[in-house]
Amino acid sequence: MIDTIVIPLLKIAVLVNGVLVAVTFTVLMERKVIAWAQSRLGPMRVGPYGILQAIVDPIKLILKEDITPAKADKWMFTLAPILSLVPALVVFAVVPFGGDELFYVTDINVGLLFIIAVTSIGVYGIILAGWASNSKYPLLASLRASAQLISYEIAVTMTLVSVILTAGTLSMIGIVEAQQEAGFWFFFVQPVAFVLVLIGGLAETNRAPFDMPEAEQELTGGFHTEYSGMRFSMFFLAEYANMLVISAVVVVLFWGGWLRPFPNVAALSFLDFIPSWVWFFGKMFGFLYLFIWIRATLPRYRYDQLMRLGWKILIPIAIGNIVVTAVVKVLL
Amino acid sequence: MAETIGFYTLSVLILGLAVLVVTAKNTVHSILFLVMNFLCVAVLYVVLQAEFLAVIQVLVYAGGIVVLYLIVVMLVNLKGEAEAHQDPRRLSVIGLALAGAVLLELAGILVYSSGSDAAVPSSEAVASPVQGNVEELGWLLYTDYLIPFEVASVLLLVAMIGAILLARREV
Repeated sequence: MIDTIVIPLLKIAVLVNGVLVAVTFTVLMERKVIAWAQSRLGPMRVGPYGILQAIVDPIKLILKEDITPAKADKWMFTLAPILSLVPALVVFAVVPFGGDELFYVTDINVGLLFIIAVTSIGVYGIILAGWASNSKYPLLASLRASAQLISYEIAVTMTLVSVILTAGTLSMIGIVEAQQEAGFWFFFVQPVAFVLVLIGGLAETNRAPFDMPEAEQELTGGFHTEYSGMRFSMFFLAEYANMLVISAVVVVLFWGGWLRPFPNVAALSFLDFIPSWVWFFGKMFGFLYLFIWIRATLPRYRYDQLMRLGWKILIPIAIGNIVVTAVVKVLL
Repeated sequence: MAETIGFYTLSVLILGLAVLVVTAKNTVHSILFLVMNFLCVAVLYVVLQAEFLAVIQVLVYAGGIVVLYLIVVMLVNLKGEAEAHQDPRRLSVIGLALAGAVLLELAGILVYSSGSDAAVPSSEAVASPVQGNVEELGWLLYTDYLIPFEVASVLLLVAMIGAILLARREV
C-alpha cells in the first residue's frame, strides 16, 4: 500500500512543485542572462540582486484580472492552457534525475516513446488557444505553431531512432545504463543526432530563433494574445517546463544522465563523491543556459526558412543518420 | 475484479465519447471528443499490458492524425450553421446497412472464436528469444509477419507518393 500509492504520490507532488518552482527561477535566470548579454543589470529591486523577482512575478500574474473575450468559445478557451501545461508536467514522470530509485517516479520500458507521445499532445493547447480566442492574430499564430511543431516533431523523432539503435532500449534508465556499460556518453558517438535534437528541441519549445508562433512584430504576441492573468501564465509555465523537458531529455540521451564524465576511466573515480543528482542538475542547468544564450544571440528565422530547414535539411540528415547508425551497429 | 471494473468504466467512456463525436454540433468539439476517445483506447491497451501499442496510439492518432484534422477544420471554417442541402438523413439507409454488416461480422467473430480457444495462439507457441513488449513485437514483425509488414510499408509509401503527386499537380 505504502510502496504502491503513498510514495509515488509523494514523489509526484514533490516533482510537480519542484518543476513549477524551477520554472519561475528559470524565468528569472533568462531575464538576468539576457540583461547581462545586453550590458544591463536586469531585475535588481526585489531582494538581493533581484532574486525574489521569481516569487513576485507569479504573484503578480495570479492577482491580475482574468478576462475571457465575449466572442470566445468559453470551454475551449479555458481548456487550452490546461492542455498545454499538463503534458509538459506529465513527461517528468519518466525522467531519471539520479541513479537511485528515489530520483525517478517510474521506469517504463517505453519511456522515450512515452515522452515523444505526451509532448505531441501539447500542440492541442496551442491550436485550441488560437481557435477559441476567435481572433485573427492568435488563429494565424496557432496555424504557424502547429505546422512548425508537427514538422520538427518528425525530425526529432527520426533522430531519436538512431539513439534508440545505439542504446538498444527505450527505457530512460536503460539508456543511461547503456552509456555506463559502453563507457562513454552517447554525444561522442552521435554528435549529429545531438545537434539535430537540440535544433528540433528549440523549435518544439518555440524558443528563439524559432519563436515564430509568438513573433511580436507580426502577430502581436502570438496564440496567447487574448489571454490574461493566470491563464496567460499557464502558457508561460508550459513553455518553460518544455524547456526543462528538452534539457533533461538531451542530458539523458547524450550527456550520460547522472553519470560523471568518462564513467569508465578509473583515474577520475575521485569525482564519485559528488552525488548523481548533482551531475544531472548541473548538466541540465548548462543546457538551460545554452538555450538562453542562443536567444540572446540569434535573430529570428523567417517562416519559409524555418520550414525549409525542417523538411529539406533536418529530416534528410536524420534519415541518413539512422542508416549510418544501423550499418555501423550491424558491422560492429 | 479491479480489472473488470476498469474495463467496463473504460468501455462506457469510449462508447460515450464515440457517441459525442457524432452528435456534437461544433466540429472542433467533435474532434476533441475524438482525441479523448483515442486516449481512452490507449488506456485500454495499457490495461491489456500492450504499452508499446498504447504509446503508438497516442503518438500517431492523438498526436498526429487528429492534429491534421483540426488544422483542416480550422482552415475550411465550419463555424456557420449547417446548410439546407446537408440533410444528415440522406445517407441513412447506407449507414444503417454498413452498421448492420459490422454488427453481423462482430457477432460472427464472437460465435466462431468462443467455440475453440485454439484460434488464439498461446504464449508458448510464440517462442521468441527476446524479452519485453517492444522487443517481442519487433521480433515477430521481422520473422513470422515479415511479408505483411513489408506489404503494409509499401502501401504507405504508395499513399505518400500519391499525396505528393496530387499536391504538386500544377507544377
